[in-house]
Amino acid sequence: MRRIGIDVGGTNTDAVLIEEGKVTGAVKAPTSEDVTTGILDSLRTLGATGVLKESTGALKRIDGVMIGTTHFINAVVQRRHLTKVGALRLGMPASASLPPFCDWPEDLATLVRGSVWMVEGGHEYDGRLFMPLDEAAVTKAAQEMKAAGLKAVAISSIFSPLDPSHERRAAELVTAVIPDAAITCSSDLGRIGLLERENAGLLNAGLADLARETIAAFEKAIRDSGIAAPLFITQNDGTVVEAAQARRLPVYSFASGATNSMRGAAYLSGMQDAMVIDVGGTTTDVGQLRNGFPREANSVVKVGGVRTLFRMPDLLSIGLGGGSHVVLDPLTVGPVSVGYRLLRDGIAFGGAQLTTTDVAVAMGVLDLGDKAKVAHLDRATCLKVFAEAARLAEEAIDRMKTEAGDVPLIAVGGGAFLIPDKMAGVSKVIHVQHGDCANAVGAAIAQVSGECDQIFKDLTRVEAISAAQGIANDRAVAAGASRASLTTIESEDMPLAYLPGNSVRVRVRVVGDVAAG
Amino acid sequence: MSLRDLSIDDIESLALGAWILGTGGGGNPYLPLLNMRALYKEGHRIQLMDAADLADDDWVGTVANMGAPLVGQERLIDSLTLARAVSVMESHIGKRFAALMSMEIGGANGVRPLMAAAHLGRPIVDSDTMARAYPELQMTSVAIGGLSPCPVSIVDVRGFESIVHEVPSWKWAERVARKICTEYGASAATCQPSRTGAEVKQWCIHGTVTKAMTIGAAVREAQRRHDDPIAALLAVEPGKLLFKGKVTDVQRRTSEGWLRGVVRFDGLDGWRGSQMTINFQNEWIVSFRDGEPLAMTPDLICVLNSDTGEAVGSETIRYGQRVTTIALRPPEIFLSPKGLAHVGPRAFGYDLDFRSVFS
Repeated sequence: MRRIGIDVGGTNTDAVLIEEGKVTGAVKAPTSEDVTTGILDSLRTLGATGVLKESTGALKRIDGVMIGTTHFINAVVQRRHLTKVGALRLGMPASASLPPFCDWPEDLATLVRGSVWMVEGGHEYDGRLFMPLDEAAVTKAAQEMKAAGLKAVAISSIFSPLDPSHERRAAELVTAVIPDAAITCSSDLGRIGLLERENAGLLNAGLADLARETIAAFEKAIRDSGIAAPLFITQNDGTVVEAAQARRLPVYSFASGATNSMRGAAYLSGMQDAMVIDVGGTTTDVGQLRNGFPREANSVVKVGGVRTLFRMPDLLSIGLGGGSHVVLDPLTVGPVSVGYRLLRDGIAFGGAQLTTTDVAVAMGVLDLGDKAKVAHLDRATCLKVFAEAARLAEEAIDRMKTEAGDVPLIAVGGGAFLIPDKMAGVSKVIHVQHGDCANAVGAAIAQVSGECDQIFKDLTRVEAISAAQGIANDRAVAAGASRASLTTIESEDMPLAYLPGNSVRVRVRVVGDVAAG
Repeated sequence: MSLRDLSIDDIESLALGAWILGTGGGGNPYLPLLNMRALYKEGHRIQLMDAADLADDDWVGTVANMGAPLVGQERLIDSLTLARAVSVMESHIGKRFAALMSMEIGGANGVRPLMAAAHLGRPIVDSDTMARAYPELQMTSVAIGGLSPCPVSIVDVRGFESIVHEVPSWKWAERVARKICTEYGASAATCQPSRTGAEVKQWCIHGTVTKAMTIGAAVREAQRRHDDPIAALLAVEPGKLLFKGKVTDVQRRTSEGWLRGVVRFDGLDGWRGSQMTINFQNEWIVSFRDGEPLAMTPDLICVLNSDTGEAVGSETIRYGQRVTTIALRPPEIFLSPKGLAHVGPRAFGYDLDFRSVFS
């Protein structure tokens, strides 16, 4: 197996080649405004190392190119490149007092809200019909969307994770009126919780144009590079989907950068269960690996101020990194950072701002810039700065731990030099080769997942879990996994209070390797 | 009669405080709060009144939503439907309510009566019948007082209307109403048995809306100042810090329609090396520290997020969460022999004599 993993970050585009389980090439190139150029540059740089060619000079066969990106979440956070959405909710007369967009920050709602339609439809908790779908009203809404020029449509329906048929039928009816509509059905986005699921659908529809352009840019970059391999996009949960599905569901790729770092850390260290600290230029993310995957946040996750129920890694971010400002008296490190201006503003590079990187240069930990420019920093001062950075990291690690004993810690990212070999609450600190490209490594090794989260009635607990597993397996295979490689990595069941008949909500997640061919 | 205007900021505090008084159950008041924000934007306003200002022959409507909290996350409870439960009751008994009141201040039902009151233009009485959340209808001060358990109006957003006209006991009211609610799709707006002003004054628990708002305001202010929110809570409400720890295990099961289970915690800070467990039936019922009973109903056991001071519910608590457990004082009526028979540990199947953490 031979894969290229690419991480398109805010500052750098990293690319790695993994062959038969080994990292055989790792490079960095600046991220470009048009995305394509940065990826092409990184692939060219990787090619220049010679690793992409056989000894005969022919290009090696690549099984897949996996790209991770923060593009979509940045669009929401920065309120850029968003498309106006027609919101169609099926569920009247219920929920009328809380229409779509009701809990969005006003500035974001203004950008994304095309218009809102609420019609009769939806299901009960046990799968019974809540109201028959008002097909005439759906068609009328579609005609009004067409008249308003709306092409991105988000459809939500009550209890659609349980029974998506109303959403699917409404999507057909909308497509009949607007054939080129980009439609998001909330049931494709998972969980119980109408507003949060609907919000995810609205964000997804709002990213329709950006997703189409970005994925097209990725495909062009791969094509222009001469590499003939299928393109996969990494998702929040450390797995990948085919480019076509990522184009349809960009919200699933929101938090993939951090996830890829953690997955890469697991891969490079060979550890499945450990804490991971990813020290970047500005921030440090701390998370926990369980079975080689990041522990997922279980509760509501806010994205750009919008409540959602995405599958997201449970991360704690603190303002500590290689570019963090250092003040000596009284001693503080971060949270402000010089960010991508490190090579201009840091003292070792002729700038005026003392940073953690300058201190590392003075200590001889890093061989960067001009050591003479930081010669005024004595060893005792440097040690104090390192101790303060370690204290901040220790606090974050302690907050994310879920067991009382000491745990192993994998340190990755460009700022990993700030993490000492001995830390409170940590059994051992593991620094790995290629740790600064852990995110691209994580992208290269990503798997395919399938999930099921729904309510089962009148089954034993074991039967319900087994039914959920079957659904999750089918979904993973539909997403491109080979059936033989599937394993369950999460299984959670919760009986439903107040409901008779042994109602139980089961959430199962399975992963598998990308199917060949 | 003196009425106090509530600002939307008061209602934000009420929602946060009601969730804390929910003692693990009652549902998160976030969705009712969203409704109130929308209603205030439309110009609706809520006024609060003291029970003492009710005339003895006034009538008061007790508003609550019944059903599975999870269903409420999909079929969002509409403010007009709650208002209709009240109107249906008024026409059934042929009286006009002078004011509306919460059945349970704890959880989402602490805010929902305001949704009905906004449409109907009635004040909210600063009282309720639980001073917290409890899982069953007989676990109220009015049931302990032996007041009538009926009639109850039960309405659905699609226009269904039912009245439980006559039942012999609160337990029967619970059983029959629960069946109707389940048929409706496990979510229904209800107007619980109507009370006279005299009954409210004698049997309800007073000042509980204000208490929830005070607790919520203290926690929100501490959040803004980055102070310790739990210390801020305990500064405005007499209570006791029981345990700081991390969730190490959550076991849940349903039996007889309730969510029951046990949560285990390992101690942190001053509690390192110590363990606590809490048994729950929707709400936190009994807690043990290192095997010994620590706090039990009717003392309020509140599990709070150690960083934000906000409540953590029994449906959503999960492995690894860092929480602080505190106890708050229960109302006097629950400490009487009859009160303990309704809501003491034995009412939940625990063979324990009630011992207050405050004694």
